[in-house]
Amino acid sequence: MRGRMWRLAIYLFLLGFILNLLGIVTHVVVSSFAKRWFGKPLPPAFTTDWFAYAWREFELPHVLFITLFIAMAVVLIALAIGFPAAYVLARRNFNAKPVLLLLYFLPLLIPQMTYGIPLATTLYGFGVGGTVLGVVLAVLVPMVPLAVFILLPFFEQISLNLEWSAQMLGASRLQIFRRILLPLMLPGILTAGLLVLVNTISNFELAFLLAGGGSQTLVVALYYNVFAGGVRPVYSIDAMAVIYMCTVLSVLLVALRFVRPTQMVFRLDGKRD
Amino acid sequence: MARIRSDSRSELDLVAILCLAPSLLYVLAMFVYPFLYGIYISLQPKKPGAGIFANYVAFFSDAYQYSTIKTTFMLALPTTVAVVLVALFLAYGMRRGIWFERTITTILVLPISLGVVFLSEGILGFYGHNGWLNQLLIAAGLIENPLELTHNSIGVTFSLFMQNFPFCFLMLLGYISGIDPSLESSARMLGAGPWTIFRRVMFPLIAPGLIIAFALVFVMSFAVFPSAVMVGQPAGSTRTISIAAYQQAFEQYDMSYASAIAVIMGLCQLAALVLIVLVRRRMTIATTMGVGKR
Repeated sequence: MRGRMWRLAIYLFLLGFILNLLGIVTHVVVSSFAKRWFGKPLPPAFTTDWFAYAWREFELPHVLFITLFIAMAVVLIALAIGFPAAYVLARRNFNAKPVLLLLYFLPLLIPQMTYGIPLATTLYGFGVGGTVLGVVLAVLVPMVPLAVFILLPFFEQISLNLEWSAQMLGASRLQIFRRILLPLMLPGILTAGLLVLVNTISNFELAFLLAGGGSQTLVVALYYNVFAGGVRPVYSIDAMAVIYMCTVLSVLLVALRFVRPTQMVFRLDGKRD
Repeated sequence: MARIRSDSRSELDLVAILCLAPSLLYVLAMFVYPFLYGIYISLQPKKPGAGIFANYVAFFSDAYQYSTIKTTFMLALPTTVAVVLVALFLAYGMRRGIWFERTITTILVLPISLGVVFLSEGILGFYGHNGWLNQLLIAAGLIENPLELTHNSIGVTFSLFMQNFPFCFLMLLGYISGIDPSLESSARMLGAGPWTIFRRVMFPLIAPGLIIAFALVFVMSFAVFPSAVMVGQPAGSTRTISIAAYQQAFEQYDMSYASAIAVIMGLCQLAALVLIVLVRRRMTIATTMGVGKR
């Protein structure tokens, strides 16, 4: 009896959470299609004009291009420098390893706003603040460790024997990498790449602190337009928010085909199932 | 730990070092260096002739600035407690799996990936003055005047809850479902009721993970910026410390003062972490004592 009440409470809470999430998302979607909407449960008339308006007025083609460019650059660089590091951290033992792991963990643990301001100061000092390069460099700070920590368990799953056998059969390091590690690591690379992609597109703090006029990503542009409030009709901002949501969701849907949702957050311990 | 193993000798050769170098250099150059540089320039005030601690003195002698610490704390602490308690309750109830588990976890991940700006925009529409919730409650005759749920600290707490809850929940679910179920069945066989099992067996095992989750959520909430601006009242009741830092950096262009505030923010988070780790150490000792001699 008590167990049943408990279970009921859990489902009720989940239902509430989902309904509230649904309400929040639907409200933005409905508002983006509204002709005019004030104080009524539903807008009296619908239109798709706001999407055209947002597309034109907010320079969305440019913003989308910048966002995708930054995201792809971050994914490629994070994988390129995270992959070898994850390999060494998974395979080798050395005294400084715990220190190194902690160092890599810190950018994920410390909020981006805390280290973002000194980082922005430094990058502006070097003259790359406000440029696309600045945004890429800043967003990479948490994304490189993220890629390392996602790739690490995938490396640990690959038996060392495979590498040893290949070595015994005369394979060079490059051959081992190309013929054995790379094919076996494909799921890991895919997972890491997709998660870094989702996180980069939805990253706000660092992109915001470093973005200048021409280097705003979609979220940052959305944020600035919310504050241009009085000038911009709220429906057009919601239309932009819907475009943003569709971008994130489409990447996420692809990601969820390969990734378990629990992999999206870090585990407390090293264990993985 | 590493010393116990016999093969603890260093296995770093040139190739391994070359593999580590790019990422290590990146973290050092883009994370460690800016941090140190931030501390350094926070000690170089903009005003000529001022002492090296002038920015810190200015911060702590200006009520408008130092009150942001309290404001932030009063936002972050209740949010963290709520997030952790609800997540514990849910994760504990779901430890042996539930229906539609994958669907539910997927839905819970959505707010993380939607991002804070979209969430805030939706919260303004849904919970706002003329939002759906108020319209519904008024139509149902439950209230007469709309509830003010946004543009104040309630809205920010709510937004923070939405962002941090999924994160905390999934972490705890992973942690709790990793606990050996045979411990629980043994306790049940020895006649323990559900409450005793939770209090005497499961909670001590969950506590270390719970404390880490608490620490992570608290630190994240303490840095709240976008939701405090969008759904809060950034000039008044939700002027958090990151807003203060941002204003100095990008409205006053005083990078030195801004870095000082960022350092203070970092120190507050560090203080909270240290405190939490100390609590954890005490609790872990208590746990091993409770379990008995090994």
